[in-house]
Amino acid sequence: MLSGFLEVMRRDVRLAVRQGMDSLMAVVFFVIACVLFPLGVGPEPQTLARIASGILCVAALLAAMLSLERLFQADYEDGTLEQVALSPLPLEAVVVAKVAAHWLVTGLPLIAASPVLAILLQLDAKSYPALLAALALTTPTLSLIGAVGAALVLGARRGGVLLALLVLPLYIPELIFAVAAIDAAGFGYPVQPHLLLLAGLLVAAVVLVPWTAAAALRQALA
Amino acid sequence: METVVTFVEMGGYAGYIWPAYGLSALVLIVLLLASLRGLRSREAALHDLQRQDDFAAVRSRRRART
Amino acid sequence: MDDGNEMSEAGPVVRDRPGERWGGRWNVFNRYANPTRFMQLSAKLVPWFAGATVLLMAAGLYFALFASPPDYQQGESVRIMYVHVPAAWMAMFCYTSMAVASAIGLIWRHPVAEMTAKATAPIGACFTFLALVTGSLWGKPMWGTWWVWDARLTSVLVLFFLYLGYMALENAFDDPARGTRAAGILALVGFVNVPIIKFSVDWWNTLHQPASVVRMGGPTIDSSMLIPLLVMAGAFTCYYFWVVLVRVRGEIIASRIRGLRLRQVHG
Repeated sequence: MLSGFLEVMRRDVRLAVRQGMDSLMAVVFFVIACVLFPLGVGPEPQTLARIASGILCVAALLAAMLSLERLFQADYEDGTLEQVALSPLPLEAVVVAKVAAHWLVTGLPLIAASPVLAILLQLDAKSYPALLAALALTTPTLSLIGAVGAALVLGARRGGVLLALLVLPLYIPELIFAVAAIDAAGFGYPVQPHLLLLAGLLVAAVVLVPWTAAAALRQALA
Repeated sequence: METVVTFVEMGGYAGYIWPAYGLSALVLIVLLLASLRGLRSREAALHDLQRQDDFAAVRSRRRART
Repeated sequence: MDDGNEMSEAGPVVRDRPGERWGGRWNVFNRYANPTRFMQLSAKLVPWFAGATVLLMAAGLYFALFASPPDYQQGESVRIMYVHVPAAWMAMFCYTSMAVASAIGLIWRHPVAEMTAKATAPIGACFTFLALVTGSLWGKPMWGTWWVWDARLTSVLVLFFLYLGYMALENAFDDPARGTRAAGILALVGFVNVPIIKFSVDWWNTLHQPASVVRMGGPTIDSSMLIPLLVMAGAFTCYYFWVVLVRVRGEIIASRIRGLRLRQVHG
């Protein structure tokens, strides 16, 4: 079962890497979205420093959502998903493998890009560890919650826009706690409670999502 | 007459109270009428279809007899 | 609906039965017998709920607009509370019923439950919209602005988005059964998330405490205000049952129309 799991994951990562630009799109979007804000609100360092955490988290959240639509779409259209569903590997494990691959090709690059953007947005130097920790705990949850949405919109008209409508309200807790952690670090308050909440959400998502997303996939294949 | 005016004025809050009640009434009535109309039109459509269906059944039975 | 042509001279006609897609005699029973019983029951119930709605609404409006005193702090503007608070209650109530009905529909493939979830969504969305707008109309004289990022208002706004997502997903598929099932899963996911979102918004609100917020409807509420509030809540609840019964009846008839059309197409 583990080998099957790793096989699905390896395949997804390999596909994403082969498509190259496609998987970079999320990071490019993240960078451009963050660069737009100083142009919109003005270059004053104090203003930017105040809203940097919010910009980074909102942009990361939108970027993580961008590539979600493709998570199951291609496999659904070419029938691979149906075959995988019939294979001995449980659909729940397939979901986890695909989400892990999605996180590797989108979440991880977002985390890597965030310090550079934090410099551009004049984020307080004290907040950097909190920023990395918050994004490291948030992005997997975003991929997990997004997987449920991606499974639900399979075969729907205008799936991309619909996915945003379904998933964004569910991302609100992630956004609130991630920004709270980064801001707390900036003000010199304890960061830990916010990070613990983010970790709690991640654990809850790891437990509940595979099961829900697999149910959503089954009804899409029925 | 004066009491009617003071009632409508709502202690100076008329501009907030009456829109709140009016909009609520409007939304609830429109939703109710839309639901009732949807039901009526579907009932009519079902009635038509069933009549066609009965007609077709009678015709096929007649054809089977001859 | 009688299935008069079930038997023909050639023997039993094998027809496409939508219920059998999910297999089993039990489902066929549910697919046909249960909606029929629901049609009989709801036909009896609808006039009662309609009457109760009209009576309670009239009584509620009388209490809310005439019989209740103005608040000593908020003046006459407190009368907005008698539509705002029941609408907000109904917004939560409708989401809960939608989630429960979806769960029953998903687990037991109960068609009336699925239709109830589908029929509840627009009603809940309307109540949520009313709660938002009346809250805004109440906030303007109380807070001086149309919108305050108050924890409760923000949660209701998110709830409104959840309703919109449900209805959008419900309508996004060519196969209505598929839309109902997908939206049912979404309703359950949303229902699990509502307390988390509520908690996070409260957390966020304590971090960004606004300067001064007049608390809407404090804990001490006088009985002269409680009566109109409860009567209006009763009226809204009866209204919900009235409209939901009408809409579910419409859904059942629509599914019968689909069945008849299929039969005519397939001869």
